[in-house]
Amino acid sequence: MRAYTPKDDVQAKAYYTDRYYVAPQVPKQEVESDEVFAADLAALKVKFDVKEAFIQMKQMIVYINASDIYGVLKFLRDELKYTQLSEMSAIDWLAKDNTFEIFYQMLSMTKRKRLRIKFFINNGDAVDSVESLFRSADWSEREMFDMFGIEANNHPFMKRILLPYDWQGNPLLKTYPLEGDEFAAWYEVDKIYGKEARDVIGPEIRDTARVDRYDSERFARLGFEVPKGTKITGNEEPNKQDYQEEGGVFLVKKFTKDASKIIDDPQR
Amino acid sequence: MAQVKNRLTPFFENISFDREDNELILNFGPQHPSAHGQLRLMLHLQQEQIVKAHPDVGYLHRGMEKMAENMIYNEFMPTTDRMDYIASSSNNYGFALAVEKLIDVEVPRRAKVIRMMLLEINRLMSHLFWLATTALDIGAMTVFLFAFREREYLMDIIEGYCGARLTHAAIRIGGVPLDIQDTFLSQLKTFLDKLPQNIKDYEDLLDTNRIWLMRMEEVGVISKEMALSWGCTGPMLRASGVAWDIRKEEPYELYDEVEFNVPYSDKGDNFARYRIYMEEMRESAKILYQTIDMYKETVKNGQTDLMAHSPKYISAPKIDIMTQNYSLMQHFVLVTQGMRPPVGEVYIATESPKGELGFFINSQGGPYPYRLKLRAPSFWHTGILTDLLPGHYIPDVVSIIGTTNIVFGEVDR
Repeated sequence: MRAYTPKDDVQAKAYYTDRYYVAPQVPKQEVESDEVFAADLAALKVKFDVKEAFIQMKQMIVYINASDIYGVLKFLRDELKYTQLSEMSAIDWLAKDNTFEIFYQMLSMTKRKRLRIKFFINNGDAVDSVESLFRSADWSEREMFDMFGIEANNHPFMKRILLPYDWQGNPLLKTYPLEGDEFAAWYEVDKIYGKEARDVIGPEIRDTARVDRYDSERFARLGFEVPKGTKITGNEEPNKQDYQEEGGVFLVKKFTKDASKIIDDPQR
Repeated sequence: MAQVKNRLTPFFENISFDREDNELILNFGPQHPSAHGQLRLMLHLQQEQIVKAHPDVGYLHRGMEKMAENMIYNEFMPTTDRMDYIASSSNNYGFALAVEKLIDVEVPRRAKVIRMMLLEINRLMSHLFWLATTALDIGAMTVFLFAFREREYLMDIIEGYCGARLTHAAIRIGGVPLDIQDTFLSQLKTFLDKLPQNIKDYEDLLDTNRIWLMRMEEVGVISKEMALSWGCTGPMLRASGVAWDIRKEEPYELYDEVEFNVPYSDKGDNFARYRIYMEEMRESAKILYQTIDMYKETVKNGQTDLMAHSPKYISAPKIDIMTQNYSLMQHFVLVTQGMRPPVGEVYIATESPKGELGFFINSQGGPYPYRLKLRAPSFWHTGILTDLLPGHYIPDVVSIIGTTNIVFGEVDR
């Protein structure tokens, strides 16, 4: 019987974990331990529903409702002087509870503080675009759409950004394998040569470490090359061929290993 | 197998005319020498003036974030080299620092000094490269040759340290792998002593050059609001009137112990950015002089440790691995399975030569990061072209792309 492999998360897994191992936690602090953050949070709590807030790694993390995001970021920018949206993206929790966690990394240059606004959305839901508040979200939201398939409402140009427009699949989902899926394997073949060439060319192999011992055409049998089309038996004679023209080329002396002097000391 | 015939019939993909409003769409790149990589710009033109710009990126996308989720932490280090490959140690450093914060280790002082040296050498390399290529785009061939000569010297020093010229992988999580070579300090000192004269040479060639000034002054003006809104950082932000340097404001390593200034300008045009790059080179040299003294101090105080001591996360020194059974076992587990940082999240920003380089790591206690987001400054410095280019003319496109200092390894990741 084949071992069961979960389909909802195909990323690399630790092959051994001690059954008694309990992962330690990065410590969290109360928001009250920092004056600036405490004041910001208090101001935020007056207007919006804050689900959870704590400080981790000297940055405040605030969980809010998904529907509040535009208002919260507008409030942060205009009232609390968090003038820059450094980064935003999503974390895939589909395997756990079918949600995405969206984070917005904010920076206040006058206060020298960074905080992270977070919320959860269900699979298939869209987020509200904050592109009209922070232009940087224009590209971030497109990247998030590209990588996770999460759309942003009211975004002016909700197209893929890093992958081609006609790509299928969202690569940062945990269900997407590292070497790409079926679509990825045929994408370039179909595009360049057409679907009818599939049989001749074969799928794209995205495992860069792969070496085919029976491949006589792609230098995979270095030292044991055979003419093209030869049937490989595995008992080939070693092939001692120097890959250089007989007599050398203009200005370049032919390299012969036996006649050359090897310098042991690189510093000499 | 013959290629499908109709796919090879030529069609004029670079130019299309629209008779109605006389708008011309020009496809700039992705194979344009002054696009500094694989940037495709779709420019809508009225005569020679740009009315709409649409940057298209992704030609160098390698899925680094995906790769990170499938690699142990130490394995990912050489991959970070391929982000901003003009200054790869700064990427190594950003990643190392983020993981160090996560596992809460303290790097030994000598390693910190060496890291600072590497970072500033990388900054100089990056700025020299920027100057060379931008000057070449504008047509100043001499500056290109001069600046590359100096950069070559720095790359030799780096090569002596880590064996590589572009993809250094010179920093490890928890410290640095090696002490600097014997010739490092003397070579660096020789370089630094010559640098002020070199910078002056470039400035003599450019500062009062009529062509340079015409292409740079009042071109590509980014207002403060626009820079903040677009997430600009680094020299792009400082040229627009915000004196924000992470080394100064949120000091990491030993940046709070060295003296340096943060040059900034409120002009926001190409020329302001050019001046900032030049001044930053001087400041980097200032920092490097101080790190040389700091290094000598660590020698005097006998601080020879290069890697943090934290058996749970970081391998013991080689001598312990070779002599002590328990260190060998730890090393074996750390190499084959990888370290398992605590459950938590970290976002760490460092000042790379291009701007704020951030690493967001969500760890679920496993040997692989659950989510790793790379915040590369060039990504938004490319995005801003959407708003920046309209109103400019075609020749300005080249100088504006030049001064944004974008590197596509970083944009596309």
